[in-house]
Amino acid sequence: MWEYTDKVMEHFHNPQNQGAITEAEAGTKVVTGEVGSIACGDALRLHLKIDEETQTITDARFQTFGCASAIASSSALTQLLIGKKVDEAMTVNNRQIAEYLGGLPEEKMHCSVMGQEALEAAIYTYKGIPLETHEDDEGALVCTCFGVTDNRIKRIIIENNLTTAEQVTNYVKAGGGCGSCLADIDDIIAEIEEARLTGVVATPQPKPAAPSAANVIKPLTNLQKITKIQQVLEEQIKPVLAEDGGDVELFDVEGDTVKVILKGSCSGCASSTETLKFAIEATLKDTVLPTLTVVSV
Amino acid sequence: MDTIYLDNNATTRIDDEVVEAMLPYLTTYYGNPSSMHTFGGQVGRAVREAREQVAALLGAESSEIVFTSCGTEGDNAAIRAALKAQPKKNHIVTTQVEHPAVLNLCKRLEKEGYTVTYLSVNSQGQLDLDELEASMTGNTALVTIMYANNETGVIFPIEQIGHIVKEYGAIFHVDAVQAVGKVPLDMKTSTIDLLTLSGHKIHAPKGVGALYVRKGVRFRPLLIGGHQERGRRGGTENVPGVVALGKAAELAQKHLENVAQEKALRDRLEQAILATIPNTVVNGDYINRLPNTTNIGFKYIEGEAILLSLNQYGICASSGSACTSGSLEPSHVLRALGLPYSVLHGSIRFSLSRYTTEAEIDAVLEILPSVIERLRALSPFNSDDADWLQEQEQALAVS
Repeated sequence: MWEYTDKVMEHFHNPQNQGAITEAEAGTKVVTGEVGSIACGDALRLHLKIDEETQTITDARFQTFGCASAIASSSALTQLLIGKKVDEAMTVNNRQIAEYLGGLPEEKMHCSVMGQEALEAAIYTYKGIPLETHEDDEGALVCTCFGVTDNRIKRIIIENNLTTAEQVTNYVKAGGGCGSCLADIDDIIAEIEEARLTGVVATPQPKPAAPSAANVIKPLTNLQKITKIQQVLEEQIKPVLAEDGGDVELFDVEGDTVKVILKGSCSGCASSTETLKFAIEATLKDTVLPTLTVVSV
Repeated sequence: MDTIYLDNNATTRIDDEVVEAMLPYLTTYYGNPSSMHTFGGQVGRAVREAREQVAALLGAESSEIVFTSCGTEGDNAAIRAALKAQPKKNHIVTTQVEHPAVLNLCKRLEKEGYTVTYLSVNSQGQLDLDELEASMTGNTALVTIMYANNETGVIFPIEQIGHIVKEYGAIFHVDAVQAVGKVPLDMKTSTIDLLTLSGHKIHAPKGVGALYVRKGVRFRPLLIGGHQERGRRGGTENVPGVVALGKAAELAQKHLENVAQEKALRDRLEQAILATIPNTVVNGDYINRLPNTTNIGFKYIEGEAILLSLNQYGICASSGSACTSGSLEPSHVLRALGLPYSVLHGSIRFSLSRYTTEAEIDAVLEILPSVIERLRALSPFNSDDADWLQEQEQALAVS
């Protein structure tokens, strides 16, 4: 039996915002995003109602075919989206869905990825970007059982800092059928590991020619990057430091170098400063961009 | 909340009489049956008696019974023994719907140089005996086929199969883990050479099983060690487990007379589900089936979600859906039946036992319709006409 959190079971037994949105009032637009299929065993149709003037998601609903964690992830996603501006909603990713639920079993992470993908599909539709240009669907098909391309695998590896083929299977199902592509997945992981080590930009390069969807979401604009870094510092790092009487301020971001000022009891001790720098860096790499480095100024 | 246990093909409750029979061998009588003193000798007598009890259930002689640790060991020992006995033959015939203990061993044997034929099943889960006959050659060492399927309960025509196997001079192994205690067996009139059974499916504890080896069939042990089990399985006997299995076999034989009651409850559950919940189907051969098992497809929803909903009410069942297995693929058995995807992922197995009561079945029938209705309301595929479902089925048909 899976070890689901109470929060997952709560959202499974009493899901929020289930159903469809069929009518758009004046000044609003209703869009849907669909991912998955009956063959794969899970599918999600996300409905968003967007106020065109304020660019705000005023309602979000879901219809899900799938297991308890797929239903709970869908419910969590709608809760995360309602009230958000469209551009803000675009930054919601699968980890936030999983975190909202107090975590998901590793083997069930693909349920949170399904949420993220449905959200992207809905927003692409809203922005009038044809889904066919979604970079994930371009590139070579790696897993034929579940129809997963190399771009999609690369992206999920980078975004979630995955290091094994088993993890990739847990997140996007690739390799979970006949298993014949597991060696290819290992190769992709090795390629990204190398890119990480040599500091080469590890994110998949957006196609330069097409004004493609890739540019909408990735790579992050400077503003998006700084906003996310600030958000992670506020929400995840500061509360931890505060427990030991420490604090951190964002000083500047130059390229992928994050300059921070350490305060309070952190600043007094040289060795702890170094440890702290790495801890902050690891969190930022994990949550914002794997290429970030942190310096204390 | 009381547990309503309808997952008896997974494991069963240990019968009180079985616990009572085995307890002294966990406490007072801890001797080694191989010892030369009376203290050990009396334990040896208990093992002998248990062997007779198991033999009686199968209509076999007690010298034909080898105690094992589980069904998986029995299957491995039987298959390996059959192959070692015929070193010049390298072909094996089995089915696509076997238990992993047989299926994964056969896949391993392919890597070791054997050729394996995996017989297909039709939409009822039944074999085509012409396909079996066509696959047999003089090079076929072994045919290994389950008596009854653990997921659907479908019973294969074992004796008809056995006659074909014997025509070609192959050894016939039958995994009867699900059939023992539910179907009368008589090895005296059977074509079966080797038969596997497991204790915990017949109200004995986990960790004990037995293998029937027909007299005259050459046998080579899987576990090489001491002279226990007449050299057929090394290792000091699991005496409490063996005694428990003996008692469980005796009780199973008695219970065979009452199996009609179990079947009546199963039919009541099945009929009421089909009558009260729309878009439900029974998976597998409706007629040739274990009396305790029903596998029902609830269309448009997913099995794990059904199980966890039932779990809230203390109802235990199981599913062959991808999400319950952790393998991402739905059950190989249901796939072999070629079920449509709308049924495949929402299939639930209810398996009863002699302890199942009418009140329990009624409780399930009271809760189940609302569980199914709730999940269908959440699903985007809530009928065959759902636009998204049609799109996908067309896409699948094209590919």
